[in-house]
Amino acid sequence: MENVIVAKNLTKRFGHFTAVDNISFEVKRGEIFGFLGANGAGKTTAMRMLCGLSKQTEGIATVAGYDIHRETEFVKKNIGYMSQKFSLYDDLKVWENIELFAGIYGMNDKAIRSNTDLLMQELNFENERNALVGSLPLGFKQKLAFSVAIFHKPQVVFLDEPTGGVDPITRRMFWEMIYKAAENGITVFVTTHYMDEAEYCHRVSIMVDGRIEALDSPANLKSKYQAANMDEVFQKLARKSQRTE
Amino acid sequence: MKQLYSFIKKEFYHILRDKTTILILLLMPIIQIILFGFALTTEVRNTNVAILIPANDVLANELAARIDASSYFNIVEQIHTKSDIQAVFRDARAKLVIVFENDFSKNLMQLGVSHIQLIADATDPNAATSFSFYASNIIQNYQHDLAHQAFIPGTITPEVKMLYNPQMKGAFNFVPGVLGMILILICAMMTSIAIVREKEMGTMEVLLVSPMKPLYTILSKIAPYFVLSCVNFTTIILLSVFVLKVPIAGSFASLVFVSLLYIFVALALGLLISTLTTTQVSAMLISGMGLMIPVMLLSGMIFPIENMPLPLQLLSTIVPARWYIAAVKSVMIQGLGFSSILREVLILSLMATVLVAVSMKKFKVRLE
Repeated sequence: MENVIVAKNLTKRFGHFTAVDNISFEVKRGEIFGFLGANGAGKTTAMRMLCGLSKQTEGIATVAGYDIHRETEFVKKNIGYMSQKFSLYDDLKVWENIELFAGIYGMNDKAIRSNTDLLMQELNFENERNALVGSLPLGFKQKLAFSVAIFHKPQVVFLDEPTGGVDPITRRMFWEMIYKAAENGITVFVTTHYMDEAEYCHRVSIMVDGRIEALDSPANLKSKYQAANMDEVFQKLARKSQRTE
Repeated sequence: MKQLYSFIKKEFYHILRDKTTILILLLMPIIQIILFGFALTTEVRNTNVAILIPANDVLANELAARIDASSYFNIVEQIHTKSDIQAVFRDARAKLVIVFENDFSKNLMQLGVSHIQLIADATDPNAATSFSFYASNIIQNYQHDLAHQAFIPGTITPEVKMLYNPQMKGAFNFVPGVLGMILILICAMMTSIAIVREKEMGTMEVLLVSPMKPLYTILSKIAPYFVLSCVNFTTIILLSVFVLKVPIAGSFASLVFVSLLYIFVALALGLLISTLTTTQVSAMLISGMGLMIPVMLLSGMIFPIENMPLPLQLLSTIVPARWYIAAVKSVMIQGLGFSSILREVLILSLMATVLVAVSMKKFKVRLE
């Protein structure tokens, strides 16, 4: 299968501090790629570079076939993004949020209408269509935010700790949505703190002090580090960290 | 275009759904116009004076010298005909013109009565009342001294005439002031808060990752506040014309033009503030301390600028409201043409250019 994300020797320095240190990896189409690391390990910085929010100091990377530095505009058109903070507008209605972001990604009115109808059915949201997003429970909001992030059918969706503060049942449902998106050919690039979630990923990379210390499927990582679960793998690797927060 | 349209629509939703804020923003100008009915009294020093004085008139010259010697007045110019008076005011060379009648000394000594006319620029009514009162006082003292020391009994009758604002309405003065304040409040403060709110909520990050052009983000943030400012401008003008009976003496087009320019400066200021801060609270504090207070104190709205110590006078030159209020006074109250506010228009344009350039540059940096 083709590579949707290719990073080669990507480095980001802030003054003397090297936040991301020479990382290289590939992500294939339709893959769910887990991006793990302790706080301050450099995950967010790496992700920001791939989204075109931050300029790399060294190295090159392509996302959806476009150079992240030279062709940022094309990269942006082909990705979706869901941030750590809840990022829809509380004072807009559900359908208005959808319409806004679809409009920003240049979708036409007809497609927006029919896809909105479809989405409302899928999510069982028909009664909430006209509700202000601020009045919805967190689980609903989170699902909606993800749906909005992939509404314009991007090639890659970047999820920055998408399930923070959400109850286990909603997290479970959220991951079902992620699987479905991957089945539809959307590549999922996800950072997370929850090690049980790491088990759901096809492949996982673990960052320690700006470098990628391990990158493989959860099963291979567990056997390589002789661990019962991903949490143990993570503990073994993260212990090497020199950085203090 | 679709992007811009969707985004502007969203901004209007934000504002229209926040009922309390929109109510405050729409009512504030009305309340302020009514509140500011009470004008404040201020002392005026070093007022520029022009005199029309008959040649070789001993007593008239003596009186003029005495006026010049007081700390309230500086005689800056001698004019030769009554027709020059208008020009003196139009070019703002003096705030007060003192006209001595022909044969001033002769009339005083032979007839026992002579006349002096005090013609004041009452665009700023508080100042005009104060300085004409001081001038009358000096004249009376002089008359008193003459009677006692030189034994010339006689009365000098000062006749005070207020130009531009004959009824001395305070409203004439504070309407431009309220305009200057409301517009900066809505444009600068609300715009900066609106942009910073996106940063605080985390939605700005999503917008930066999206293909949304930064220029569009800025334009759509500005659009609703621009509309709101125009609504407020209309409210204030309607209130002042129909309720306070302050007429628009000059060209309405010039007034609208200079107001649009000022709104533009204020929006650019708001944009600049939003690039400097990351929380709504600090945006509000910066606009409050950094904009509202200078507008109230340094724009000439409450305290006359001529009266301030030099450092404050210099500081007031960077307050956009100072130039705007001066221009509105000239156009709305003195009825002067566009050519008379050319200086104000140029300064405001310069400020707009600098502010837009700096904030656009700053806004782009945020993307890095």
